[in-house]
Amino acid sequence: MKIAVASGKGGTGKTTVATSLAASLGRRAQILDCDVEEPNCHILMSPEIESSEAITLSTPLVDMSKCNLCGKCGEVCNFSAILTIGKTTLTFPEMCHGCGGCMLLCPEKAISETPRELGVVETGSFEDVEFVQGRIRIGEAMAPPLIKAVKNRLNPNKIAILDAPPGASCPVINTVKGSDFVIMVTEPTPFGLHDLRIAVEAIEPLGIPMGVVLNRSDIGDHEVQTYCGEARLPLMLQIPFDRQIAEGYSRGKMLIQTNPDYVEKFIGLFEDVSRFVRKRSETKQEPQS
Amino acid sequence: MKIAITSSGKSLDSPMDPRFGRAPYIIIANDAGELLEVIDNAANVNAMRGAGIQAAKSLADRGVSVLLTGHCGPNAFTALQSAGIKVGSDQSGVVKDALEKYRNGGVNFANGPNAEAHW
Amino acid sequence: MKELVIISGKGGTGKTCLTASFGYLAENKVMADCDVDAADLHIILEPRVLEKEEFWGGVKASIDQFKCVKCGLCAEVCRFDAITDSLTVDPISCEGCSVCFHVCPENAIKMDEVLNGHWFKCESRFGPMIHAALLPGEENSGKLVALVRNQAKTLAKELGKSLILVDGAPGVGCPVISSISGANNVLVITEPSLSGLHDMQRAINLVQGFNIPTVAVINKYDINETVSSQIEAWLGENKVNLIGKIPYDTSVIKSMVQRKAVVESNQGPANEAIRNIWERLSRDVLNLEA
Repeated sequence: MKIAVASGKGGTGKTTVATSLAASLGRRAQILDCDVEEPNCHILMSPEIESSEAITLSTPLVDMSKCNLCGKCGEVCNFSAILTIGKTTLTFPEMCHGCGGCMLLCPEKAISETPRELGVVETGSFEDVEFVQGRIRIGEAMAPPLIKAVKNRLNPNKIAILDAPPGASCPVINTVKGSDFVIMVTEPTPFGLHDLRIAVEAIEPLGIPMGVVLNRSDIGDHEVQTYCGEARLPLMLQIPFDRQIAEGYSRGKMLIQTNPDYVEKFIGLFEDVSRFVRKRSETKQEPQS
Repeated sequence: MKIAITSSGKSLDSPMDPRFGRAPYIIIANDAGELLEVIDNAANVNAMRGAGIQAAKSLADRGVSVLLTGHCGPNAFTALQSAGIKVGSDQSGVVKDALEKYRNGGVNFANGPNAEAHW
Repeated sequence: MKELVIISGKGGTGKTCLTASFGYLAENKVMADCDVDAADLHIILEPRVLEKEEFWGGVKASIDQFKCVKCGLCAEVCRFDAITDSLTVDPISCEGCSVCFHVCPENAIKMDEVLNGHWFKCESRFGPMIHAALLPGEENSGKLVALVRNQAKTLAKELGKSLILVDGAPGVGCPVISSISGANNVLVITEPSLSGLHDMQRAINLVQGFNIPTVAVINKYDINETVSSQIEAWLGENKVNLIGKIPYDTSVIKSMVQRKAVVESNQGPANEAIRNIWERLSRDVLNLEA
């Protein structure tokens, strides 16, 4: 089972929910931090990192002894990453998306490929929980291939918890794609509601069932609950504001470490999610039988 | 010899635009100070990235020898250098005046970019 | 004209609340919301839209099923797994590289421009404002961010404004690079948690790579004074001016729920701290005339 944890707005407690959910499930779980720009799961879990692998993208390398300056590569590149100018062909590796088009289409076969480092994927463990995270190199703009590399390490024998980046744009879609369920974490404020709506709209076309966890559930208004009712989104867990939780988080402690009574609630959350997923796959299969 | 000047408008009397890749127009003049061509740079202004690289390409295609502009980033600078185009950066004011200054030998050419890579 | 960009690295640290408060306090400015993934500034500023423009960016492939002879070459060359087994394009995975378009022997593939979102020129409670909204799940926000900033600059020039206040994008990727490049000043807001510290370090490393003068603010500093002093120490070592600290104050959430900027009520310790920060920022950092 693959469960993605997402949130339209940043700072609503996405990582808090992802880490506590994984830690509550213990050895059954694997956590994958796909928020490669700001991976934070490791701060709350202090995992032991066992291996680290550089993730690269293939960018062009021009053999000028073969290049006849025809300029085809620059014409086909949609990202201004290669250009024939004057008496040479220049490459701009940081612009390259790694499509391989220039190499494929060069009539002189003058282009080969050389790796550019995007970031690293680290694997390890926190107690019994398998831990995977991606970390993008500062100033690097290509997150999706790194997210893909993190997801390639998904263990099919575990309950995979994927911590998605915040927002509603393509890195989020890249993360949640292929999941069985998405937990949306939000807070009861106009900001939280607005960003939840956008994220729900973005994920809806993927046809993945979603549910909501309301963090700091007693600090604001009741608009999120109203919206969940209207949009038929199950409200799966409410976490009231507790200075102890906030203070624990600031020290790098997980919610279930400062408030161990939440372990049961997170296991309950998981059971609700699996019931939901099961029911859905049953109804999906019915028309065929 | 052709001289290119980044401009906010289409005439020699227009104020220069300090940006290279994303200037609305690039004016091409000859060394007598006469206007030869106005490049409408609209496609580059809205390019996602690589505006400077594409602008350098269009100057190279036209056989330009000198560029007068405000800021020039590293990618554009590399491209211009490869095309043998000399870059007079940190120029400002009206297009005509910058051109005049160049013709009187008052422009120093840059050895490197004077702006960070930007998008 | 000065352009101040407020960024945070980590989400939820109070970036938009601070930007909105500066918007209330600053005079003669244009507001720009570059947090295009999840633009929230408009919730407080209640802009009235004067102009709505479409934003097209990038291209995506589509296959003409009548011309396609199912040779499968497109799927073979695509490195983004964007061609499905039935030889159709999965628009979510398509990177817009056009390699399939170039290799297709039947010319059955075309590249279509994509509507990414909209941008808006507005009049808000705190004056003129530019903001944008990506269509859900769309990419290219770096380009849209650049567009929002350019439109804000054009508008500021037109109206003779001396300041642009930019609510920056989160993270350390393309959108945030786009929101700070070429700006006069950057303010990084963080909170005293280990993740706040971690994300702030990454954000400041990024800004310093662009040589933009940077100041920092610690929000809710009294939630964990130990981490706050850790942050202060790191800022000191890295020569970043800590321009102020905002205490935890429940009236911040109250004002958010009422869709007001924190400083509008002119009450409470957070309000006072923000007013002090703005005074120092406008006088000593932005050198705005009083």
